[in-house]
Amino acid sequence: MTPLLEVVAASRMAQGRAIVSDISLRLQPGEMLGLVGPNGSGKSTLLGMMAGLIRPCRGQVRLKGLPMQALRRRRIAQLLALVAQSAETAERITVRQAVELGRIPRLGPLRPWRARDHEAVAAALKAVDMAHLAGRDWSSLSGGERQRAHIARALAQAPRILLLDEPTNHLDIHHQIAILDLIAGLSVTTVVALHDMHHALRCDRVLVMRAGRCAALGPPAQVLTPGLIRDIFAVKAEIIPHPRTGRPVFDFERLC
Amino acid sequence: MRARAARRSGVWLWLAPTLLAAALFFGVAVGETRIPLATVIDVLAVQTGLSQRVLDPIDASVIWHYRLSRAVVAACGGASLALSGLILQALLRNPLAEPYLLGISAGASTGAVLIAVAGLGGGLVGMSAGAFAGALSAFALVAGLAHVAGGGAGPRQAAVIILAGIAGSQMFNALTALIIAQSASAEQARGIMFWLLGNLSGVRWPDSWLAVPVAVLGLAVTLWHIRTLDAFAFGAEAAAALGIDLRRAQAVLIATAALVTAVMVSIAGAIGFVGLVVPHAMRFLVGTRHGRLVPATALAGAVFLVLSDVVSRIVIPGQVLPIGVITALIGAPGFALVMIRGRRR
Repeated sequence: MTPLLEVVAASRMAQGRAIVSDISLRLQPGEMLGLVGPNGSGKSTLLGMMAGLIRPCRGQVRLKGLPMQALRRRRIAQLLALVAQSAETAERITVRQAVELGRIPRLGPLRPWRARDHEAVAAALKAVDMAHLAGRDWSSLSGGERQRAHIARALAQAPRILLLDEPTNHLDIHHQIAILDLIAGLSVTTVVALHDMHHALRCDRVLVMRAGRCAALGPPAQVLTPGLIRDIFAVKAEIIPHPRTGRPVFDFERLC
Repeated sequence: MRARAARRSGVWLWLAPTLLAAALFFGVAVGETRIPLATVIDVLAVQTGLSQRVLDPIDASVIWHYRLSRAVVAACGGASLALSGLILQALLRNPLAEPYLLGISAGASTGAVLIAVAGLGGGLVGMSAGAFAGALSAFALVAGLAHVAGGGAGPRQAAVIILAGIAGSQMFNALTALIIAQSASAEQARGIMFWLLGNLSGVRWPDSWLAVPVAVLGLAVTLWHIRTLDAFAFGAEAAAALGIDLRRAQAVLIATAALVTAVMVSIAGAIGFVGLVVPHAMRFLVGTRHGRLVPATALAGAVFLVLSDVVSRIVIPGQVLPIGVITALIGAPGFALVMIRGRRR
């Protein structure tokens, strides 16, 4: 069977430097794949390539077996939604209007807004628990609310794949966990760039990146070992099972 | 809620043409010489074949050939310039973007003057083509300059584009002056200088044969792209992620903005600030979604320029001011207001 999304030996250079080199992976249907790595390790660029927004210099990204360049942007946006880092607006729009943007790939000059679009927007707002804030001005939202609204916008696209670039960034711990619960509860295939090891543990698989390369790919319990974390992040990590739940808990110490 | 929205847009379907017709009628009825309202109605009735009454030929000529053609061109120009500003503001995500401030009008002037003075092809279509080439070159120059000057995102980048626009305007205005000084006769030069300020005095019916189709085309293209313009709310990358083909959309929309500006400039010179004031006023009234904003902006632009033209004819008795003076007197404070509001954000 053709995989929904496949990255084949993809590389990307910028100003003579390799940002992403030779990454290959296939998304499994319904999985939650975590991207982990230090700042500048190429996570955002890899997500951009998977979204078809950045073209690989070498290699390919294939969506439903077809190379991204062969697909129209509109077709890509019907299959795949991206929640980028810190997308902001100065326009006076409401939360509902921002979420309605997600229907654009399914609308056109001759394909007007229908009841189905209205339902998709309402369902997306409900999924992120923002229905009661639908009429609020964007500028009045907190960081966590904006992030949830962005996710709702992506869900309104009704995508098969959802890509999220550090969705928990700048959020307090309560909202970090809320966003993660939300993502983990979605039935679509998701790829999410993360910084927190504890968050990464909730993924089905983790791709660890270092200097644009794949350092490891597999289930988090097998991949996120003290040895690998030491190599990648230059910290000494100890993994302690939680006394009550038995879930692994990380303890870090910086290596000089 | 949806039903109410639908009813409201139904109201606009008849209210918009009524407002436009009222503005045009006002533009025809008011002028530097006083003509009784009854005569104005008679002339319009005779010219449209509704009446057979015998008219004073001077009144008839003033109303039909001078005032009405001028009001129609003003309406087209107002709609065109306002839409051009709206497109540029959405694509550049810059609340101060506008054809005049970005130097597009100046570039169009240079192109039109070059054609007029050099006598290449002559005529309104030739001048418009020259203006279109000038407008596109000016946009390319300004966008390139802003790109090279960089400045990341947000307010700083917005400022860089405006600065590049000022540089572009100055350069193209200097080029225009150079062309005039080099090759125009004294009489040509005087005519051109008056036209450059933005002036509808010379407008007659043949001008509307170009202005009307171009304004309608500009409105149609913009309406076709309302969702594309919406998609730019969170920036170009977000628009691409929503399925917008960026290169195609930007090329079509920028070319449209340049075309309608160029045609308007070649008819009436560079009229400033319409593209700034009208879209912002309409955002305030109907919100930021382009489904409503585009038709509202086109209508308000048309009404605004017809009324500005009326004001330009009656504000100083016995003297007609260039319309650009009026729009600048209204527009410059509007510009300041947008700037101050932008700072507060």
